[in-house]
Amino acid sequence: MRKIAIYGKGGIGKSTTTQNTVAGLAEMGKNVMVVGCDPKADSTRLLLGGLAQKTVLDTLREEGEDVELADILKPGYANVACVESGGPEPGVGCAGRGIITSINMLEQLGAYETDRELDYAFYDVLGDVVCGGFAMPIRDGKAQEIYIVVSGEMMAMYAANNICKGIVKFAESGGVRLGGLICNSRNVDNEKQMIEELAKMLGTQMIHFVPRDNMVQRAEINRKTVIDYDPTHRQADEYRTLAKKIDENEMFVIPKPLKIEELESLLINFGILN
Amino acid sequence: MLLRHTTKEIKERNALTINPAKTCQPIGAMYAALGIHNCLPHSHGSQGCCSYHRSTLTRHYKEPIMAGTSSFTEGSSVFGGQANLLQAINNMFTIYDPDIIAIHTTCLSETIGDDIVQITKKASDEDMIPLGKHVIHCNTPSYVGSHVTGYANMVKGIVKYFAENSGEKSKRINIISGWVEPSDMREIKRMSKEMGVDIILLPDTSDVLDAPQTGKHAFYPKGGTTVTDLIAAGNSKHTIALGEWATKEAAIALENKCKVPFALSELPIGLRATDRFVQALAKFGGVKVADTINDERGRLLDVITDMHQYLYGKRVALWGDPDHLIPLSEFLIDLDMKPVYIVSGTPGKDFEPRIRKALGDRADETRFKYGAQADMYLMHQWIKEEPVDLLIGNTYGKYISRDENIPFVRMGFPILDRIGHSYFPFVGYLGAIRLLEKSSGCSWTSRMRSARKRPLNW
Repeated sequence: MRKIAIYGKGGIGKSTTTQNTVAGLAEMGKNVMVVGCDPKADSTRLLLGGLAQKTVLDTLREEGEDVELADILKPGYANVACVESGGPEPGVGCAGRGIITSINMLEQLGAYETDRELDYAFYDVLGDVVCGGFAMPIRDGKAQEIYIVVSGEMMAMYAANNICKGIVKFAESGGVRLGGLICNSRNVDNEKQMIEELAKMLGTQMIHFVPRDNMVQRAEINRKTVIDYDPTHRQADEYRTLAKKIDENEMFVIPKPLKIEELESLLINFGILN
Repeated sequence: MLLRHTTKEIKERNALTINPAKTCQPIGAMYAALGIHNCLPHSHGSQGCCSYHRSTLTRHYKEPIMAGTSSFTEGSSVFGGQANLLQAINNMFTIYDPDIIAIHTTCLSETIGDDIVQITKKASDEDMIPLGKHVIHCNTPSYVGSHVTGYANMVKGIVKYFAENSGEKSKRINIISGWVEPSDMREIKRMSKEMGVDIILLPDTSDVLDAPQTGKHAFYPKGGTTVTDLIAAGNSKHTIALGEWATKEAAIALENKCKVPFALSELPIGLRATDRFVQALAKFGGVKVADTINDERGRLLDVITDMHQYLYGKRVALWGDPDHLIPLSEFLIDLDMKPVYIVSGTPGKDFEPRIRKALGDRADETRFKYGAQADMYLMHQWIKEEPVDLLIGNTYGKYISRDENIPFVRMGFPILDRIGHSYFPFVGYLGAIRLLEKSSGCSWTSRMRSARKRPLNW
């Protein structure tokens, strides 16, 4: 089984990209589990056709220790197993601890056991790497691959670079590696070339450039992935391609984070000056 | 009348727990780590955690308990405790020279999510761990489980780190000990020796927390399971795990890692649980039950018979850890006593079926509660509703004993206001005799003293 963590700046489209890609993998016949590591619990909405999931932490709070795997694992599109960690509302409690608790609980309950014959487990991780909880999915023995969703906007690239710093620390002690950047286009000038260059400087690859298309929005409003909503649309093929590229990916590296000056000059060269 | 506010009427409580029948995880981890030879426990968190655990263990064992702390500051909680832990590892190896540092976490380091594996790897990469020395760890968030969980986690950590299967099976038997006193561990070793079974006991706090006074201070007393034995445990032909709550996880880890099969048994408390332990020793050790052991059993039977007339039908309230309560209840039933109230603050859904099995057809006469909300307040309320003749449990029963004028045998953890538990066992046939001695003795004293004023039901 390959365990993959998806990181990126808040609002960049991690959940959307993850679910659409997972739909592609599922369509290929892969057995996939998606673990949403976001207190908002919206990482599996498109696969489940709505916010229908009872979160691990809610279940834990209500039912105490007697949680069964079936209580928190819900099958979605093409039988993708969907789990939401859940967590507190903004301003209270500790979302990071929530991630630690729920991932530990999934392991304890045997969500990753070989008898479940999973090909992939995806962790859709909230925003930036902040406290220890958000790095939980990439600790030793957990996700071995990371993809960072990024766009050509300054802050998204800044966040991607910051996440790479976090990865280095865990890559040195555990086995986690960066599999590449996924560019979720915002129609920024020279976006593709810029992210390709950023990837090169980080020592990785831009695994796929996902063009901006309103079809994604339309599918989302209908609580579906693009592949589910309109399988013949060209955007569905984009996600299929991304799924295939991830499935065939063999480039796994420890990234080399950039200094802030390097990052700025990259932007100037590709953005403002042209 | 310390607990005069305790009311007889029981109201449903959802949130409030009063005098819980448990304490926090790290204290168990610290105790288990002390059962390894030349091991220095280390608490990764703020100083207060470490102080509390050390002082409670010190009060219980009347011995100085050594342990390090990462001494978190505001900065550590914001930036993570890595810098402090690295410094601590370096300091401990340089100044106190242990063979092993056993790190456990605390609520704070768990909440901020410090990754101990990653930090110890860094310590190793930066040559802070001298050749031949070890740093092991376990996670002990106190908002999960109880002190028993912490003990279980550390024992599992020990097994996972050290045990190795070299491919050559030995004739030895591993005994993974549940949370019992150094005296009990000594007794388990003595019984195994009498039986002629070569065992590796882990952990083993005898000669650590009951070390003799020699006039010379030893920072690391001579006892504790050695690293050689911890590694060799992977080659043993079988494991006997004593106590599901404290040892099951470790036994499973050992089987997964080194293919050493295990048998899960109760702590040998009372007649039948000791019988099962002795049978297991005989079976897996390939020996006959020693005559001396049979004689001990016979002496216990004699005491049971002699005391039966005094103990018959007496109502008992007991509290503490599941691994103690289950065989103890079974023993009380064997004595024709009535364990009517049972409370354990340690969670684990196996408790109900297991305690029911131990109580047999008396199960429906018994009120019990376990888990985070099981507390001594409820126990007191039950007793106020209908009194009992005897209390068996840790120190915290003394208020109920005093207020309700009920004889009290101290057993379990912690015992802060008596000595003896470190030196005289409660396990094995001798331990069962001791339990009989204590129960009958303290009741007689009480009866004599109160003969004229407040006659008890004895």
